[in-house]
Amino acid sequence: MTNKLLPETPSQTAGPYVHIGLALAAAGNPTRDLEIGHELAKPGAPGEHIVVTGRILDGTGHLVRDAFLEFWQADAEGRYDPVYDPEKPFNCFGRAATTFDQGEWLIKTVKPGRVAAPDGRLMAPHISVSVFARGINIHLQTRLYFEDEEAANAEDPVLNAIELAARRKTLIARREEGSDGPRYVFDIHLQGPEETVFFDF
Amino acid sequence: MDAKKIRRYVPRDRNRHPPAYFPAYKTTVARSPRLPLISIRQSLTEVTGPDFSQLQLGPYDNDLILNFRHTGLPIGERIIVYGQVRDQYSKPVPNALVEIWQANAGGRYRHRNDNYLAPLDPNFGGVGRCVTDAQGWYRFRTIRPGPYPWPNGPNDWRPSHIHVSITGPAIATRLITQMYFEGDPLIPQCPIVRSVGCQDAVDSMTARLDMAMSMPMDCLAYRFDITLRGELQTYFES
Repeated sequence: MTNKLLPETPSQTAGPYVHIGLALAAAGNPTRDLEIGHELAKPGAPGEHIVVTGRILDGTGHLVRDAFLEFWQADAEGRYDPVYDPEKPFNCFGRAATTFDQGEWLIKTVKPGRVAAPDGRLMAPHISVSVFARGINIHLQTRLYFEDEEAANAEDPVLNAIELAARRKTLIARREEGSDGPRYVFDIHLQGPEETVFFDF
Repeated sequence: MDAKKIRRYVPRDRNRHPPAYFPAYKTTVARSPRLPLISIRQSLTEVTGPDFSQLQLGPYDNDLILNFRHTGLPIGERIIVYGQVRDQYSKPVPNALVEIWQANAGGRYRHRNDNYLAPLDPNFGGVGRCVTDAQGWYRFRTIRPGPYPWPNGPNDWRPSHIHVSITGPAIATRLITQMYFEGDPLIPQCPIVRSVGCQDAVDSMTARLDMAMSMPMDCLAYRFDITLRGELQTYFES
């Protein structure tokens, strides 16, 4: 028996006005009762509360100020609870846009726990990051790891799948001490000598 | 050695998708990675994703004709846009979040960065969302968006289109696309459409007029089915 699959619908750029559909406040528009936003963790969520922020730079070194990002991560115990419910203190899913002036995105979350890889080994704590923008025809998929997880990062099967070891550092967010807890900074380079590693899976 | 059941998704056929670098669409030049994507084995991070079955949406969230009304109804051609979200094995995808955004009938977006000549419509916001039902169906009521010029080539125009975002069931199935309208002569001229290489794939983004679903003396209907990556259950040894 031959198994003829339907082809996947092709991707198209999210365009410059992605905000009116997926980040209404950024577009300057009124919001609805429920919006999926940048606060994955509310103050009561268990785990270490962190802020993660960054910028996106294009191949000429300019800021990408009209990007939209999505985040998916395990909770502090390393579990994925897929049900999205704004009443819960923690959701694994969140969204943010880069600001039109400073070109910065920011999420409030908890540091994710470790999740098992398919072979049973533990992956290092990480956040899945997807980038959408004008000029990006199909969203770019990457992962954010944490600078202060050196031992876990060293044995992470995904980081180790990156053949050029020097490129692994493009996925490591650097830690800074903020006024209200740790802050991790993760700049994404779409192109150029520091080009971020993007994945296909 | 144990056998464990896991979920995975059919590999993405990137030949069906536009390449990151497509110089006729100028903004891609500086925003496209130059190094190859790194292929990784799907882990829980990629095969899980948000489940929107518990989401409480507003009563007009999928009705763009009514969800921004202030002084009356929006101007333009009233349409229904509907279709089924299914996977590559024709299996319906329930509980996926379908979100749309679009320009108004004059081709203007309600966005602080859009300063096209065409006016805003005080009764049209251009944003909607719904969650697919148990059989993967979604449905919106809206106004057919107008074409508009954009800064790329000296005289490039976007065909009428609606942006469509599908989130869930997995990070691996995430997709944002655009829906075009059958018979629009601007489709083959548009560099963004042409970034998709094969005609068959372009046709799959083109909604068909559906007279059966139209409402007599009220609105026409367009059908747009969406195919996400196929889900497989497989066994592996651990």
